[in-house]
Amino acid sequence: MEVFLFAVGAALSLAGGLGVVAARQPVHSALSLLVVLGSLAILYLTLAAEFLAVLQVIVYAGAIVVLFLFVIMLLHTRTPESRPSRVGGQWALAVPLGLALWAGLSAAVWGLPGARRDLPQGFGTTESVGRELFGKFLLPFEVASLLLLVGIVAAVVLGSSPTTPAGPRPGGGDQA
Amino acid sequence: MTVDLRPLAPEVVVAAAALLALLADVFTRTSRARAVWWLVALVALGWAAGAVWTAGEGAFGVLYARDGLANALQLVGLAVAAGGMLLARDYLARVGLDRGEYYALVLLSTVGAMLMVASQDLLFLFVALETLSVPLYVLAGFARDSHRSQEASLKYFLLGSFASALLLYGVALVYGATGSTGLARLAGAEGSFPLLVGLGLVVVGLGFKAAVVPFHAWAPDVYEGAPVPAVAFMSVLAKVGAVGALVRLLPLTLPHLLPAWQPLLAALSAATMVVGNLAALRQTNLKRMLAYSSVSHAGYLLVGVAAGNGTGVWSAVYYLAAYAAMNLGAFGVLTFLERAGVEADEVEDLRGLADRSPALAAAFAVFMASLTGLPPTAGFVGKFYLFMAALQGGLLWLAVVGVITSVVSVAYYLRAAYAAYLGPGRAGVRLHPGPWAGVGLGVSAAATLLFGVLPGPLTTWAQRVAALLR
Repeated sequence: MEVFLFAVGAALSLAGGLGVVAARQPVHSALSLLVVLGSLAILYLTLAAEFLAVLQVIVYAGAIVVLFLFVIMLLHTRTPESRPSRVGGQWALAVPLGLALWAGLSAAVWGLPGARRDLPQGFGTTESVGRELFGKFLLPFEVASLLLLVGIVAAVVLGSSPTTPAGPRPGGGDQA
Repeated sequence: MTVDLRPLAPEVVVAAAALLALLADVFTRTSRARAVWWLVALVALGWAAGAVWTAGEGAFGVLYARDGLANALQLVGLAVAAGGMLLARDYLARVGLDRGEYYALVLLSTVGAMLMVASQDLLFLFVALETLSVPLYVLAGFARDSHRSQEASLKYFLLGSFASALLLYGVALVYGATGSTGLARLAGAEGSFPLLVGLGLVVVGLGFKAAVVPFHAWAPDVYEGAPVPAVAFMSVLAKVGAVGALVRLLPLTLPHLLPAWQPLLAALSAATMVVGNLAALRQTNLKRMLAYSSVSHAGYLLVGVAAGNGTGVWSAVYYLAAYAAMNLGAFGVLTFLERAGVEADEVEDLRGLADRSPALAAAFAVFMASLTGLPPTAGFVGKFYLFMAALQGGLLWLAVVGVITSVVSVAYYLRAAYAAYLGPGRAGVRLHPGPWAGVGLGVSAAATLLFGVLPGPLTTWAQRVAALLR
């Protein structure tokens, strides 16, 4: 049962991942992303991380992808079908290097100690995740709030309309 | 659970200063009022530096350690932040980009670097690394009306995210091999194959931030497109964070695995020195030249990490301090120049600088000499220490590569310095006076010379870090 669930989740997430990069329409990419995020939730379930699985569905599949879709909808008139631009000889390098990376990582994962550990009592529940998050990992949790602040500031900066040039800018006079 | 926040006081002060800089834009209308807020943020940096200076050893939980390495590199990071703010103010005011967000991003990025060099857990290291990097992506694209600035920002963001993903994959493999992301558990771990692959991926992720060959391809484009003060700041701060994390991860935590990681680090270091210096030779654009120079200096810093001994660790700290002074200065000179409405970023644009402003040209010559590694500058002393560490670590060949590439670098650094003393000036290039940037440059030039003439105090200070080595 577990293996079956894993196979389904893994196959779906791989297919979704391919869809994200291969789709020509941004909307199709976003919907493929939804498949990836949903199937990851299945994988979390097989790992006994039930709280994480629920969060994954609510936050990522629910909120984030909807946000993506909104942005695509708002920018729709301005985003034509995109085709990936290719550099000459890209494939000749990309395929062997990609295969080498895949082989190396597979060998590494294969070499991991595969012993099945007995999970501690209450593993993956809301309570245990909360205790870890606000206990041992309190500092990264707080720093993540700074990171989110950076994201907001970034959106304000990059979203603001360019001011009229009043002086030197980087680059050879190619003002937008 | 009681929590002692005192070890985190410097970070809290800097983060509060960042919030202040954001609020400043809302509550001020005049540029004079903004200057007051800006000064308050600068004073806060000084306050944080004082707090780091007087802080002893400490820890926050098991994730954060305030030890000698953290204290030393946090002071360097705070100095870089102060330099980044001083060099930016006049430039940003001149080009109409003087917004509180710029300084807020500089300060938040500094918080990320401060946490990164103190992080005792790979997951926390990742969060700190992102807090360091994301503001830098935005700073690269801060000039909203310049295509190149926007392109630089996007490139930096995409490649940076890719590198962060590799780092995360490495953390996952390390977790799989040791059952923990903490460095404490890692310190006793056996060098199994998955652990080594995981560490390799972490090194790749950090190497990207420090612009180590072959993960340096973004650097020239990003440095060329981003606004000069942002480049000055990011080129140094990212190295402080990345090299600090590498030092903590490899020589301090994993000395028993030295035979496994030393060849990798030494190879990366040698490749970085060779490629960076050779590529810099061919540049006519000053920003690109300094970008490749920055790549090559990542190689010199890695010499200290690869040496793996106490000398290597403290000489890397010394070189980071020296590099902060000389590289901030080198890019800082460019903030004064303008050619026909854009940044004057060609080597030729420097012509006649000595006639217009002898002080600026002299400072530029000092920075170039120091980047080359000529005495009596900080760069010479720093490289001397690094190569000495390589010899002590049994890496004679690496020291030889370092010396040869330094000799090669004389050609392009001195060509730039020479251009500044060659008249007449190029038509259309204007020199804008900037009092605050002048202060920043003066301090950088003084530090570059002082650490070169009297290296004693800084050396003693840096050597305390080596006490951490087990």
